[in-house]
Amino acid sequence: MTYTELALLGVGLTVLLDLVVLRTRLLLHRAFWAAYAIIVFFQLLTNGVLTGFEIVRYSGDAIMGSSAPAFIGDGRIAYAPVEDLLFGFALVVQTLVWWVWWGRRGVQYRPLAGPPIWRGGRDSSGPAASGEGSGGAASMDGAEPGR
Amino acid sequence: MERFSYLGVLVFIVVGSGWLEFGLRTNVLRRWRRFVLSVAPVVALFLVWDAYAIAQGHWTFDPERTTGATVGAGIPLEELIFFLAVPFAAVLSLEAIRSVRGWTINDEPPEEAP
Repeated sequence: MTYTELALLGVGLTVLLDLVVLRTRLLLHRAFWAAYAIIVFFQLLTNGVLTGFEIVRYSGDAIMGSSAPAFIGDGRIAYAPVEDLLFGFALVVQTLVWWVWWGRRGVQYRPLAGPPIWRGGRDSSGPAASGEGSGGAASMDGAEPGR
Repeated sequence: MERFSYLGVLVFIVVGSGWLEFGLRTNVLRRWRRFVLSVAPVVALFLVWDAYAIAQGHWTFDPERTTGATVGAGIPLEELIFFLAVPFAAVLSLEAIRSVRGWTINDEPPEEAP
């Protein structure tokens, strides 16, 4: 299989993992898309360095474009083959899907994120929270609605 | 120094996202077991993909700009670190959004779920 075919397959399986297999439905939450917008920006930046300086080179037989890194066009965006965007999507979404899945199962959903230090106040974990979600976590999980 | 090029990009990814852990109190390091559990299947899968792609010649790495250390199947050490650094940055980004916006993803503790 070519990189193009594998990348499309990877995205398809990733979407299935989220919506059907694990039912985490991360892709239906705006928090994910807000985070992903930031991630894609930095992917284009860092991947542009890796591909533009040819630290990583691609075979013209495996991708839509050719092996020569164009800044834009010839199947490339910011020097990187568009397949890399699909590869990155699969890598990032699968990670976050498992992260949410384990959280739902009560594995270390604490300490929760925030607040930002400039808003002051305590860490949301509070003084008593060990962050382990221990004790009743597993049993509470069963009582969670919507699972 | 040129052979640390790829490694330098990885350092940028970790440092560039790492400040969120302290600035936004994303609290991912304190949930490291959950992170390890989440990243393990992803690392395994993408190492297999990487090994296949390298074997098929889909992509190659500039020997001048990588350290030359490998983790088996012709996979550069940098690739393994990449498969850890990018998920780390991704989880930090998601938790950063939660820290600032307070949006839920339905994996919050039951009593705090909407």
